[in-house]
Amino acid sequence: MERFNICIIGGGPAGLRAAIAAGSAGAEVLLIDENDRLGGQLIKQTHMFFGSEKQDAGTRGIDIAQQLVNKVQSMTNVKVYLRCAALGLYDDKVLTVLHEKKYRKIRAEKFIVATGASERMLAFPGNDLPGVYGAGAVQTLMNVYGIVPGQRVLMIGAGNIGLIVSYQLLQAGVEVVAILEGSPHIGGYLVHASKVRRAGVPILTSHTIMQAIGTNAVQAAEICALDSHWARLPGSEKTLEVDTICLAVGLSPLSDLLWQAQCRLTYIAELGGHVAWRDANLCTSEPHIYIAGDVAGVEEASSAMVEGELAGLAAAKSLGLARVDVDTAMSQAREQLIALRAGPVGEKIRTGLALAQMRGDEQHA
Amino acid sequence: MRINEHPILKFERGKRIKFSYNGQELEGYENETIAAALHAAGIKELSKSAVLHRPRGFFCAIGTCSSCLMVVDGVPNVRVCVEPLVEGMVVETQQGRGELGGAV
Repeated sequence: MERFNICIIGGGPAGLRAAIAAGSAGAEVLLIDENDRLGGQLIKQTHMFFGSEKQDAGTRGIDIAQQLVNKVQSMTNVKVYLRCAALGLYDDKVLTVLHEKKYRKIRAEKFIVATGASERMLAFPGNDLPGVYGAGAVQTLMNVYGIVPGQRVLMIGAGNIGLIVSYQLLQAGVEVVAILEGSPHIGGYLVHASKVRRAGVPILTSHTIMQAIGTNAVQAAEICALDSHWARLPGSEKTLEVDTICLAVGLSPLSDLLWQAQCRLTYIAELGGHVAWRDANLCTSEPHIYIAGDVAGVEEASSAMVEGELAGLAAAKSLGLARVDVDTAMSQAREQLIALRAGPVGEKIRTGLALAQMRGDEQHA
Repeated sequence: MRINEHPILKFERGKRIKFSYNGQELEGYENETIAAALHAAGIKELSKSAVLHRPRGFFCAIGTCSSCLMVVDGVPNVRVCVEPLVEGMVVETQQGRGELGGAV
């Protein structure tokens, strides 16, 4: 059985930064990912990031992914297994995996679970028809494989993902017929909304989809307006001819492995679903398991990267590894997280995180 | 349909390879998934649901939602949204749950 100081599950923005941080602190690290390549969902983010320079603002997600991957590959004490899916994480600090279709066991002193999140479904008749895709799936098809999802798209959800993916569809030469948003307000940043509006895409707030219509695939969508109680406004029904319905209605943490490992989980709507309780160092109720990124609460890639760094440093420190000034680096990471979550936009996440934080008496020694 | 011109991205596709879809010969590229190759060929319906036999396509494209299961080289329940396309693969629409045991 192979042994490591720290094993990180998931090679997206959080996992990559965790690997770099733990490796820099001097840990022998294994980073596993079930896909063919590292980068997670960053590999399809063609837009430039916001935030400050420390969080790579002004750089496209795809380029951030490449920089992180290059860094990881340059570190001799960080090993990477691709096509390696975690199967079970046990209290004797053994992780079972399926690597290149072979079953094996890996032992590590600490684990960092950075498994991310998955696209949410919305309940409406016909939502199972081919042509109804999650926004992430549309990005994969378009930005990774260079294939358009269809010719005429209806986008559901005017949060940042819905707005950004709509713009990316336009860049790929696809018509976006409309963006629907159930709430009376556009959830995403105004700069993204303005870009798609300037391109002539209507954003219909207080609107929702009633059903997807089609026999073997989506051929149309019936939509309607909503009143102030989110009830259908009679007479507002309209049918749009579309071949693709793209759902950008949020993400849920992929916490399966944490459930199986018997971490204490709790449902926090503000964080997107069931998340693990954690201390200030992102350590769960199981002292050998840390979390980082969307699995710890759905946010965005910038904070996922800083969480990864914090978890990587904290896990290394708990093993007495401190090749770099771990304490200073950890407090810098905490300050960055506070800055990223400041202001009215971060209010939801701050509320959620306060609920997920272990109280002092619940923390590990 | 494949994107040939893009303002930001340049798609470097691998080698062209042939595979079979329900007995029909199709072409895709190395380094893409089965689902991507099928979608580029205009095929969105991947399976029929177990109870109501409704058509199903992929939804998440990251291997978590199980909406894209097909029979590949005789093996049922393959998540084609994450399974790489290989020259000569035999891909078939899955009817319902699929039978285990047929595979070697």
